[in-house]
Amino acid sequence: MDLSYGPEYEAFRHEVRQFLARNGADAPRGEGLRAPKMLAWQKRLIEHGYAARTIPREYGGYGAAPDILKSRIIAEEFASAQVSQGMGGQGISMLVPTLLEVGTEEQKRQFIPPTLRGELLWCQGYSEPGAGSDLASLRTSAVLDGDEWVVNGQKIWTSTAHLADWIFCLVRTEPNAPKHKGISFLLFRMDTPGIEVRPLVDMTGHANFNEVFFTDVRVPKHQIVGSRGDGWMVANAILRHERDSLGNPDATLARLNALIRLMQAETLNGQRLIDHPVYRDRLMQLQGRVMALRFNDLRILSAKLNRADASLARMVVKLEGTELRHALEGLAIDIMGELGLAYGDNPEKRDGGSWQHQYMFFLGLIIGGGTSQIQKNIISERGLGMPKEPKFERTTG
Amino acid sequence: MEFGLSQEQTLLTDSVARFLDGEVPLDRVRRFAKEQDDTDIWHGLAGLGVPALLVPESAGGVGLACLDAALVAETLGYHATPAPFLGTAVALPLALAGQDGDELLARSAAGELRVGLALAGAIGRRGSAGVTASGGRLSGTAPFAIDCPADCYLIADDARRLYLVHADAAGLTSAAFDTIDRTRRTGTLTLNGTPARLVSDDPAAFGRVLDAARVMLAADTLGAAQQMLDQAVAYAKQREQFNRPIATFQAVKHMCAEMAAALEPCRAMVWYAAHALDHLQDEAHLTACHTKAHVSEVGKFVAKIATEVHGGMGFTDLVGLHYWFKRIGYDRQMLGTPEQLREEAARAQGLAA
Repeated sequence: MDLSYGPEYEAFRHEVRQFLARNGADAPRGEGLRAPKMLAWQKRLIEHGYAARTIPREYGGYGAAPDILKSRIIAEEFASAQVSQGMGGQGISMLVPTLLEVGTEEQKRQFIPPTLRGELLWCQGYSEPGAGSDLASLRTSAVLDGDEWVVNGQKIWTSTAHLADWIFCLVRTEPNAPKHKGISFLLFRMDTPGIEVRPLVDMTGHANFNEVFFTDVRVPKHQIVGSRGDGWMVANAILRHERDSLGNPDATLARLNALIRLMQAETLNGQRLIDHPVYRDRLMQLQGRVMALRFNDLRILSAKLNRADASLARMVVKLEGTELRHALEGLAIDIMGELGLAYGDNPEKRDGGSWQHQYMFFLGLIIGGGTSQIQKNIISERGLGMPKEPKFERTTG
Repeated sequence: MEFGLSQEQTLLTDSVARFLDGEVPLDRVRRFAKEQDDTDIWHGLAGLGVPALLVPESAGGVGLACLDAALVAETLGYHATPAPFLGTAVALPLALAGQDGDELLARSAAGELRVGLALAGAIGRRGSAGVTASGGRLSGTAPFAIDCPADCYLIADDARRLYLVHADAAGLTSAAFDTIDRTRRTGTLTLNGTPARLVSDDPAAFGRVLDAARVMLAADTLGAAQQMLDQAVAYAKQREQFNRPIATFQAVKHMCAEMAAALEPCRAMVWYAAHALDHLQDEAHLTACHTKAHVSEVGKFVAKIATEVHGGMGFTDLVGLHYWFKRIGYDRQMLGTPEQLREEAARAQGLAA
């Protein structure tokens, strides 16, 4: 057991802090993805190795050797300074690693550099109305016609589809193959004729997602990642990546601390909420759970560094992390009583109305990215070695 | 950076687990529940160095750290092992830290001296219980003494000073006290002008012993809950209803997944809290409070759900699952319940008066 990062890493941390002290004021705060300030910040971060750190220079990255601790230090320091870590989004977090793994040289050169710079925004076309937890049953089809795929079907839960320049999309190209072997991974422009994007307003009152409709959308044949029928394999590698990123314990800790400040500021009958024993006990319960997940996260980090096994510890992060965050946002609403209802333009809302918004949004994340029930299947089957449910064979239609 | 167990730590717990697998199966636990005699078990554990773990090498011990002790506590919980571990192997060496050459330490390290632990009254007094000191003598009632009867007792008075009292000291009586957990011995001490040796009048010393004992109870719960989860999964795979193993039913799988999801982060939490006892003094008290509170809550959940996975058999004495159920209950109630601990955690951060 050794929790110190060592002198080399402490020096690196010092470097990051100095960068933040000198440059933090230029960081975007709430500006849109296309804002010049955002693009300039992204460029500066890549130049200093704080974004696209391990992406090779030839593809527009910083080209550092992978170093889990340095990446962690960057994340910690940016979070504690509350400075943007640059562009996120599914293009950078999911498509770029995929292309690096399985893309052709031409695809890497064409797509990775502008994606990293934030000039090319992507959306992800996976889920469909009839293919949610059972994603591999997706039915959006692509049929080869000469040198082009002709795409027809519908996607749903497509974040940023209304902003995106391109989509990476799972389509069925081999209708007669077993369902996992009939899928391909296509890339195409969102301004291609035949694409319609409709915002999907969710329970928060905002359109965080979209529906996307494809009618005879023509896609050049070479815009495929991997071979025909390999799409499921390509997609699975990045889905795992997405699950890891949901339920981030550092973000949960920041919210817990914001909740403590709220409870110290707000009063009921002249008594601070933090002094209310029932509320305080509920707060402390959550603090204990946050602590457990942070130490679990430390264990996962260490296991990656030292090649130890922490597979069960990893499998529980999405389930436990999203449920905890939902409960934490919910406590803030509970303790505020009537005030907890304030939303929209209400001048009485606290912390920008974020408690109600996040409370609902995290219910969405409990469902999205592999529902809690799917997580429990994974934990019981892969973690505990329990058998799969017998397949229900469809006998008609 | 390494937040994980060393090879030596794995070897240590493996050796203890091997001994317990062989010598302390459920039948042996059942026999202890009737006869309350663990002489052979403690002798065997002493042969593996368990009572000497936290005793410095200069005092004839092994000189290991609280994390090593917590790993052993987890292993004892996994096997529902009857043993005077908490008082003898943890509390005594921590209370006497820096007092090398103490003859008591050498004897306890060799497994020749059993130490009971009576801190309950100093944490929260119930009814008229309480211990007061006057002129080096103790009077009053120390309830819920852990690992009692013993050869000597580590007792905290109401001012959180720590004392050692020999079992044959004048004016001391000990009475066994039945609890739900028949794998541990518990008693009430009555003192009447009993001569006592002051170990420390520094409340911080009391705090260090208490925090460590709490982390050990959390580790015990971690092991006991892991045992219950393992048994539930194994039972579900083998039990058939409707012509299929019940482990294929999603309702049963999800019960098991929920237990694993709640329990697995507790492992890292126990490691961290135990490590903090020796190496992170600023965090030790807060993490000890939160760890015992949280692991107790998870333990309670696992104890209930694992029993349910066993269906009617879980409720019987035949399977013996209830020994772990009750062990988890004991760990939860002793040395601070979750509500008490969370209040202490709030105080430790200045969030409560």
